[in-house]
Amino acid sequence: MVLIRELAAQGAQMMLVLLLAPLLTGLIRKVKARLLRRRGPPLIQPYRDLIRLMRKEAVLAVNASWLFRAVPYLVFAATWVAAALVPTFATDLLFSWSADLIAIIALLGSARFFLALAGMDVGTSFGGIGSSREAMIASLAEPAMIMIIFVLALIAGSTQLSIIAEFMLSLAAGLRVSLGLALIALILVAIAENSRIPVDNPATHLELTMVHEAMVLEYSGRHLALIELAASLKLLLYVSLIGCVFVPWGLAPMDSGWNAYVVGVLAYLAKLLCFGVALAIFETSIAKMRVFRVPAFLGAALMLGLLGALLRFVSGSL
Amino acid sequence: MALGISLWCAAALLALGVLAVVLAGQRPATAVIYTASLFLTLGFLANAILHLIANAAPETTILPLGLPWVGAHFRLDALAAVFLIVVNLGAAGASLYGLGYGQHEISPSRVLPFYPVFLAGMNLVVLADDAFSFLLSWEFMSLSSWALVMAHHRLPENRHAGFVYILMASFGTLALLLAFGLLSGPDGNYAFDAIRSVSQAQGAWPVLILVLIGAGSKAGLVPLHVWLPLAHPAAPSHVSALMSGVMTKVAVYAFVRIIFDLGGTPDWWWGLIVLSIGGGTAVMGVLYALMERDLKRVLAYSTIENVGIVFVGLGLSMAFQANALPDAAALAFTAALFHAFNHTLFKSLLFFGAGAVSTATGERNMEHLGGLIHRMPVTSIAVLVGCVAISALPPLNGFASEWLTFQAILLSPELPQWGLKIMVPANGALLALAAALAAACFIRLFGVSFLGRPRTRLAEQAHEIDFWSRTAMAIFAILCLLVGALPGFVIDALAPVVQELTGSHMPSQTIIDWFSIVPIAASRSSYNGLLVLLFIALSAGLTAYLVHLVASKSVRRSAPWDCGFPDPSPITQYSADSFAQPIRRVFGTIVFRVRESVTIPPPGSLGVARFHVELRDLVWDSLYAPISGAVNAAAERLNVLQFLTIRRYLTLVFLALVTLLLVLAIWS
Repeated sequence: MVLIRELAAQGAQMMLVLLLAPLLTGLIRKVKARLLRRRGPPLIQPYRDLIRLMRKEAVLAVNASWLFRAVPYLVFAATWVAAALVPTFATDLLFSWSADLIAIIALLGSARFFLALAGMDVGTSFGGIGSSREAMIASLAEPAMIMIIFVLALIAGSTQLSIIAEFMLSLAAGLRVSLGLALIALILVAIAENSRIPVDNPATHLELTMVHEAMVLEYSGRHLALIELAASLKLLLYVSLIGCVFVPWGLAPMDSGWNAYVVGVLAYLAKLLCFGVALAIFETSIAKMRVFRVPAFLGAALMLGLLGALLRFVSGSL
Repeated sequence: MALGISLWCAAALLALGVLAVVLAGQRPATAVIYTASLFLTLGFLANAILHLIANAAPETTILPLGLPWVGAHFRLDALAAVFLIVVNLGAAGASLYGLGYGQHEISPSRVLPFYPVFLAGMNLVVLADDAFSFLLSWEFMSLSSWALVMAHHRLPENRHAGFVYILMASFGTLALLLAFGLLSGPDGNYAFDAIRSVSQAQGAWPVLILVLIGAGSKAGLVPLHVWLPLAHPAAPSHVSALMSGVMTKVAVYAFVRIIFDLGGTPDWWWGLIVLSIGGGTAVMGVLYALMERDLKRVLAYSTIENVGIVFVGLGLSMAFQANALPDAAALAFTAALFHAFNHTLFKSLLFFGAGAVSTATGERNMEHLGGLIHRMPVTSIAVLVGCVAISALPPLNGFASEWLTFQAILLSPELPQWGLKIMVPANGALLALAAALAAACFIRLFGVSFLGRPRTRLAEQAHEIDFWSRTAMAIFAILCLLVGALPGFVIDALAPVVQELTGSHMPSQTIIDWFSIVPIAASRSSYNGLLVLLFIALSAGLTAYLVHLVASKSVRRSAPWDCGFPDPSPITQYSADSFAQPIRRVFGTIVFRVRESVTIPPPGSLGVARFHVELRDLVWDSLYAPISGAVNAAAERLNVLQFLTIRRYLTLVFLALVTLLLVLAIWS
């Protein structure tokens, strides 16, 4: 019986992230449009886009290889698995121990690895430009993320996300300088990783400024739908991550009943709403930066993370 | 028993070298030598695995060889067994690959005699139990690999590579000789048992420096790495795989044997030095790799990176040991050994792939390749697995060992010394940076040479490689996958060694549910490669099935979109250089003093625009160039001494005698 409930909770989490991800994207688009005094597409527009794309035939370049066709599924699967392992409404789900935070981030790294390869598969210059810039951004964002993980793991005593979230929930961590540094660094990394303004523009139509969009330029139909869904999932993952570590309230702890789960889901929805609106406001109020300013942006995240880790190493209380 | 079999195998390998000379020029020579090497190394491998699994007691023997009245000591203990497995796994793979690849060799008689001897040398280094046999085997290994580097000696760059290699190898052996001299103490007993009993107290720091030079130069630690990217690619590809995947591990073995086993308890700052050199080596190695265009040189530089990661683990382990934290030391040491093992798997695989590409196209320059995934399907899948593994991405094996290293770093706030408190997180950042850059490096390698459109006619006409080479690559790719999914078995197999050298070992892994791995018993972190692999496979498969069932499965082929302006010329693709440009700009401006300049002709002129990149290797410029300049200048000056009269020579001899007598007089 316990096993069934746990399996149900884990399955619910998998379906929840999958269903909510396009909604978050839709919410951000809607708020951004409202801030610019446009009416904006309806909230469910991303679902409609996905369904329409799914139904269309996939157009492949004549020289696209099998890898090009396999990558959307791999990217989607890796991102989905990663997103399902981050606590959203409850901690200690059935499979939460199978990958810790380092592994979750590395899973996203695997997804990026394959997507960058797919960008180079057809042999167009835009695909290459996207892959090459993505690799540059990743080469700084990943170490910054590892440093953030160091800070969190040293405070909570584990890299396991459920344990970190429960530790934060218990308020034993208190207010710490290193946590503040980690939070700022994490937000910077999340912005860069999800190709948001000011690092990249998800709505751009100017090819030379694109990073993520340039990589997936050759994709169409169901392949594009999966990649779009994976991008939404990744955004949701980062929001859940910030939520479960820095505002863990409402998370249902281990072995809690259905009521706690309902509270957890409601709290999670509230968190998504807050982060979505905040991200939209942030994106509307800032301009995209030149590609070669991005290293400075991410370098700051890396240095903040390193500083946080150093503080944790030299003093247990900072 | 096991030791006896091993020594017979080594002797047989040496005899095989002689046989190759006898058979030189005959047609079946290649097949005979590689088949025999394959079976002998498999014998070695089975022997070592059995010894390790049985957790057998160390075996020693003294053979009446070498110096009279002294004999040659050999010993098979757990550490030797682990490295015998690493060496012979790589060697067996290379022999299998060589069965096919060796058929394309232009001058087989320059490769075949040295190949088994090289294998025997590496195995004997691991088995040696006194300094004399160790150094003798070490030189055997160096010289036979030098001969293999010089196999294609008509190319001037290979001759240069051979020259730099033999210079650095001799220098390294000299450092090891001095280290053994120090270790053996005033009585000068060179048997390892005697050394162990002499130096059980605090170790002597000059030994560390000398071993870092001796073993570190062979392993490719920056700044002693300069020979490695020249020599490894110059050899035939299966030998490159051996040199990169296996010989660097023998160097790691030498470091571990001398520092961890013979040298006594390390001081805390020893760990700091090794750790920092490791972190620096990891980042520098991968940055060099990103600037390189030659397929095999990229792999050689990436070897330097991986050796750096191994030394980060070893340095951490030394720091923990010096502070009497055996559990953490065991974790870091296991991580280092595990990464060394993994590196043998994926680096051998990648060199096999590079060899396949150069056989199929005759090209090693990535800028001349492209689109090979269509013409070399098996090779490209195998190389792709290797690329994912070496980029430390789950669920493959490279990630498992890097995960353990990160977990070891997370235990280090317990270290009391300030130097370590600051340098450990800094090196953690370097390690993370190296891992991220490695992913970029291998996206570039695979994306430019295997994906896209063929850039030259040779790449367009490539064909799949022979059966034996494909089999070797497939086996190693499967091993990468298996070890990535079930890392617990390897960790458990390493436990006896770790117990022997650090006084503790990681908790038993294979008894944990679902084959998860955990770093230390008290930790609550875990990683499960098997489940991650299953989850990805299941959700990808399920998604593909559902999408094809419910949504659409129709596909139309058409010209590439490329924003409406597809260019038929393959030259408009992103090249390896252009892929690396953002990273070159971010990191290279500091590390390589990169200068990029564009000259654009004035408006109206029909001249071509030119893009010029200038890179400087600061290690070479600031360390090696002055030394070689000084040697040359001194040689120039001393040249005069060749043309003196007999009178002057006699005067010189007399003066030298007087000086020596004076020195003696003052000395006493």
